[in-house]
Amino acid sequence: MEITLSHYLVLSTVLFTIGLIGVMRRKNLLMLFFATEILLNATNIAFAAISHYIGDLSGQLFAFFIIAIAASEVAVGLGLLIVWYKRTGKIDLDQMTSMRG
Amino acid sequence: MFEAIAFYLFAALTIVMFTITVMTSQALYAITAMAAGMIFISAFFFILGADFLGAIQIIVYTGAVMALYAFGMMFFDTTRDVVEKRTNPQIVFVLGVLAAVMVVAIVVAPIVSNNIQALYPVIPEVGNSQAVGMVLFTKYLVPFEVAAVMLLVAMIAGIVLAGKKMDKSLTLMGEEEIEMMQAGNQSHHERGEH
Repeated sequence: MEITLSHYLVLSTVLFTIGLIGVMRRKNLLMLFFATEILLNATNIAFAAISHYIGDLSGQLFAFFIIAIAASEVAVGLGLLIVWYKRTGKIDLDQMTSMRG
Repeated sequence: MFEAIAFYLFAALTIVMFTITVMTSQALYAITAMAAGMIFISAFFFILGADFLGAIQIIVYTGAVMALYAFGMMFFDTTRDVVEKRTNPQIVFVLGVLAAVMVVAIVVAPIVSNNIQALYPVIPEVGNSQAVGMVLFTKYLVPFEVAAVMLLVAMIAGIVLAGKKMDKSLTLMGEEEIEMMQAGNQSHHERGEH
């Protein structure tokens, strides 16, 4: 019943896949942000697990930077989303195709 | 033994919570399930001995990010069911296969180079927070400062984007004042267009 690095990597992959499914099936932009948060957290688990099993602290530090990036992504993304909702009243991806190409 | 029980318990809980987040059609269920999943993820960090990372996970995600999302959801109509995307199934299939291949490649990548050396080994004498601080403020000082500047930029961008017209309080104004403000805005827009 020893928990090895593979267990954590499999868990991280499963969570990453759940996030990818969310990115592919969601149309609402708020839900799309939730899915990206899941993706970032899945990689965080992988970083922390590798850091623990190799005995190197760099993995944890990369996880810190990923958390900082996730926080700034939420701040800027939600700001843009609020502006877009005030202008159009919708936050669906399909209504955002303003460029005809 | 306890480690295995904790790992499997929290793995099942996290997967269930994130599946609810991805699959539900109610935005409120999604945000609640994601907040729970974030706290369960911090349990993995505590199991792995990364105490400081686990504390940061709880503080930043359930304290800051979830509060931001809850704040943002005040602006949106969350009672309405979320409409799902119905795209071409062939495109979805191709994208799914590509994503699966990429994930497998990422996971098996360490096989190529299995002679990884620990550059910053864990110091057994000091606690996790102290060890993290020692590495963070020596080797990773410049990325730390850049991350601080990035957070400042994100904060200013959030204030500028979301804080427009926040000095006017619609609840304290009378009906006539609101109508005057809206009429003024419309004439302003028309003048701007012509």
